[in-house]
Amino acid sequence: MDSGLQMADGGLASKSIRELQALMESGACTSRDIVEAVAAQIEAVDGDIHAYLEVNKEAALMDADAADARRAAGEKGPLLGIPVAIKDLLNVKGQSCRCASKILEGFTSPYDATSVAKLREAGAIPFGRVNMDEFAMGASTEHSAFGVTRNPWNLDHVSGGSSGGSAAAVAAHTAIVSLGSDTGGSVRQPASFCGCVGLKPSYGRVSRFGLTAFASSLDQVGVLSKSVADAADTLSVIAGHDPRDTTSDPAAVPDYAAALGEDLRGMKIGVAEEFFGEGVDPEVAASVRAAIDQCVSLGAEVVPVSFPHLKYAVSIYYILAPAEASANLSRFDGIRYGNRVEAEDPVSLMCKTRDAHFGDEVKRRILLGTYVLSSGYYDAYYVKALKARALIKQDFDRVFEQCDVLMSPVAPTTAYKVGAGAQDPMALYLGDICTIPSNLSGGCGLSVPCGLSEAGLPIGLQILGPAFAEERILRAGHAYEKARGAFEMGQ
Amino acid sequence: MKYLPTIGLETHVQLNTRTKIWCGCKVDSSAEPNTHVCPVCMGYPGSLPVLNAEAVRKTVQTGLLLGCKIGLRSKHDRKSYFYPDMPKNYQITQYDEPLCLGGSLDIEVNGVKKTVHINRIHLEEDVGKSTHLRGTSGVDYNRAGTPLMEIVTEADMHSEDEAFAYLTALKRILQYGGVSHCNLEQGNIRCDVNISVAEVGSKTLGTKAEIKNMNTFRGVHRAAAYEIKRQIRAVETGTPLVQETRRWEDDQGMTTSMRSKEDAHDYRYFPDPDLAVITLTEAQVDAWRADLPELPEAKRLRFVEELGLPEYDAGVLVADVEVADYFEAVCASANGNAKSASNWVMTEVMRVLSERGQGASELNVSADALGKLILLVDKKVLNNSKAKEVFAVLLEEGGDPDAIVKDKGWAQVSDSSALESFVNQVIEENPSVVEDYRGGKGAALQFLMGQVMRLSKGKANPKMVLELLKERLA
Repeated sequence: MDSGLQMADGGLASKSIRELQALMESGACTSRDIVEAVAAQIEAVDGDIHAYLEVNKEAALMDADAADARRAAGEKGPLLGIPVAIKDLLNVKGQSCRCASKILEGFTSPYDATSVAKLREAGAIPFGRVNMDEFAMGASTEHSAFGVTRNPWNLDHVSGGSSGGSAAAVAAHTAIVSLGSDTGGSVRQPASFCGCVGLKPSYGRVSRFGLTAFASSLDQVGVLSKSVADAADTLSVIAGHDPRDTTSDPAAVPDYAAALGEDLRGMKIGVAEEFFGEGVDPEVAASVRAAIDQCVSLGAEVVPVSFPHLKYAVSIYYILAPAEASANLSRFDGIRYGNRVEAEDPVSLMCKTRDAHFGDEVKRRILLGTYVLSSGYYDAYYVKALKARALIKQDFDRVFEQCDVLMSPVAPTTAYKVGAGAQDPMALYLGDICTIPSNLSGGCGLSVPCGLSEAGLPIGLQILGPAFAEERILRAGHAYEKARGAFEMGQ
Repeated sequence: MKYLPTIGLETHVQLNTRTKIWCGCKVDSSAEPNTHVCPVCMGYPGSLPVLNAEAVRKTVQTGLLLGCKIGLRSKHDRKSYFYPDMPKNYQITQYDEPLCLGGSLDIEVNGVKKTVHINRIHLEEDVGKSTHLRGTSGVDYNRAGTPLMEIVTEADMHSEDEAFAYLTALKRILQYGGVSHCNLEQGNIRCDVNISVAEVGSKTLGTKAEIKNMNTFRGVHRAAAYEIKRQIRAVETGTPLVQETRRWEDDQGMTTSMRSKEDAHDYRYFPDPDLAVITLTEAQVDAWRADLPELPEAKRLRFVEELGLPEYDAGVLVADVEVADYFEAVCASANGNAKSASNWVMTEVMRVLSERGQGASELNVSADALGKLILLVDKKVLNNSKAKEVFAVLLEEGGDPDAIVKDKGWAQVSDSSALESFVNQVIEENPSVVEDYRGGKGAALQFLMGQVMRLSKGKANPKMVLELLKERLA
């Protein structure tokens, strides 16, 4: 292992959800043992990685004991007794929820996000708050107000983002599984950078209630895990309609685990050359193409498709997302909660608070969003971007008439060095080109590790599906993953 | 040179739903500050709005009462500006696809009828309430998230009297519709007044000023009158007017500038991505239409045609929906004696309400009790003057008229032998008055009547006494 990371406990913390369920079921370990093992691993390696902003071990141990009692009483369930690391923008009652921002220092959540409540109901244990780019704005977790999260595969490199803490924790075995959020690739890209599985469900599949909003029409709670099966199990727990989120979908939740199989006979894989265009590292392209070939060997068929409007995706996103964010982040003003800079009157208090406690990237996007919504610019930017968003959706509709899933790289490159992107935000924005379209369309997407670069950094295969076709992308990802074999650091 | 003022009103009406527009918190402005709040109405991170269906129904029904076209597709938008009383620093409102479009309201000023056109009605959220204490400020978010309807007129009114008449007529419709408590002291109805002045015959309007946040109709009248005079004076003296927002200073009786157009907010409206588009079906709107309460004019006609009330009575009774409802309940309890019910309500009841500043629903004489009282008079158990005494007892102590009459022994004496002895006694004791009557002084009979009533402690059946007296003195 290049990073020289030490595994404190090669045992429980490195196992998948399914392996741990088998161990707990047989009595070989308890939920308490698992929480202890994860805590020990955090103790051992997180000082170098810095995935965690906060670790609530005592509360987690109590929850673990409760889960063990439930199991003793005969209860079963895919996440019963499993600790889950929570991205710092999901509300967990009684915990901090800083969104990696100074502006929310001192804030304590008065309620559980619906996804967190569903975890608790299933007997899972919210354990620790993991790092992210401030308010999910960024793709490297360098924009956290509380320090960068480093890539466990190579500590000189970024973990990706914005769910960088979630991905790094799963990769470093400091988490069994983690919840993140994906607005333009924020689950899939760090999963790709850190060599773990990242699932972005369809818009409306998982309730957004309690997920601090970045861009409401794009945000979706996602899962970062060690395997596709673990992602499927976690999704089956957190998915479903929520009366408190009117954008959540009433469709029944399918049995995602039942959808998993080991062959891909009859599956049509769309491949659009636009996703392998300029800027995509040849090493990345080659690895992804090899993965697609492997799927073919499992019985799938490749269908060449086109995605003519891909080149507009980044522009559309960087108009719509900041526009929504500029309003969503208005509430952070120091009046009702969080950090405050005192001033002589309430309006200057708000101005000074926001000026002092938002980071540069957040300010950049608020300004961008405020600009595109301003009178005189609204039609030229916001309205035009909405129209172009419909074109992206049309591209997907046409593609999915011809194939079942679309496969592509997750990101054009592997994880870059810490600090490398700081000089050129535009280049960083372009790194989201492969992931953004599925947020714009509301479809689902999966990131599965498919290889290592020469420098020893992970590469991710992206599997996209239409809205509410999670079963399809999970089936494809799972079959590929089985065929690929183990993907572990240091192997 | 003559000037024509032009006035348009934007009226904010708090709906009387049980809960707030986006969350389940109770609407209760009288509670201790910040006791009816939750993560949603406090704008906490991660919270999301869910539209209150009752608020939609009440807004649509208001639209139907005002003859609006109902938007089967409408949506909510975010209006951004920073102020501490607004928890999210954007207000969720409806920008370009409101629930109701068009419509009108008829008013009458000095006997002249006219129609004020409604431009739109949209549904939005109210904000919190700022209080400035010594050296510090406080915000009460109980009010934040109260469903608020904004009713926007066309620039159709041309005097402060017309604006006042419009607001009065609007309030009556809102009360009739049962959509708002319409309590002005509690800020249930607040309005912004847009005023400009132009020369008579001018094809364009003058430069407008908007007077913000008026919460009494009287204040609107005074502010509009002041503003019209101010603008005419400015035009006459050649002082340029700027488009601006002004504030009414009630104690000084004048408007002052708040901000000019250059400083106006850019609200950066855009569709709220947290809320689905509202789609209504024709069938739903029809069901709400069928469920509309009767309007004053229809009620007036029914009172005249079906209950046989005089036009005057009907007009007085329908002016206040609570009074009209009370009257109908009294009438039903009095076996349909509409005229007696009307007399009682228009005299005793309305007098008490006005003395006490109460609404009819707060009166402690139940409509049922008053109806029973009327029945006692109809059955000649009570005469009118004793009935008023019973009413006074009801007013102070409540209770049942039959029991009160029995308890106090107030039943009318209609027993002719008892009455005869009173009559005989009075004739014997007042020989000179008897002489006067026989000499042709009709008024003398009234005196003798009074004496009989006194002897009977007011319980004698006046009709029978009169007949007996006439008979004996003939």
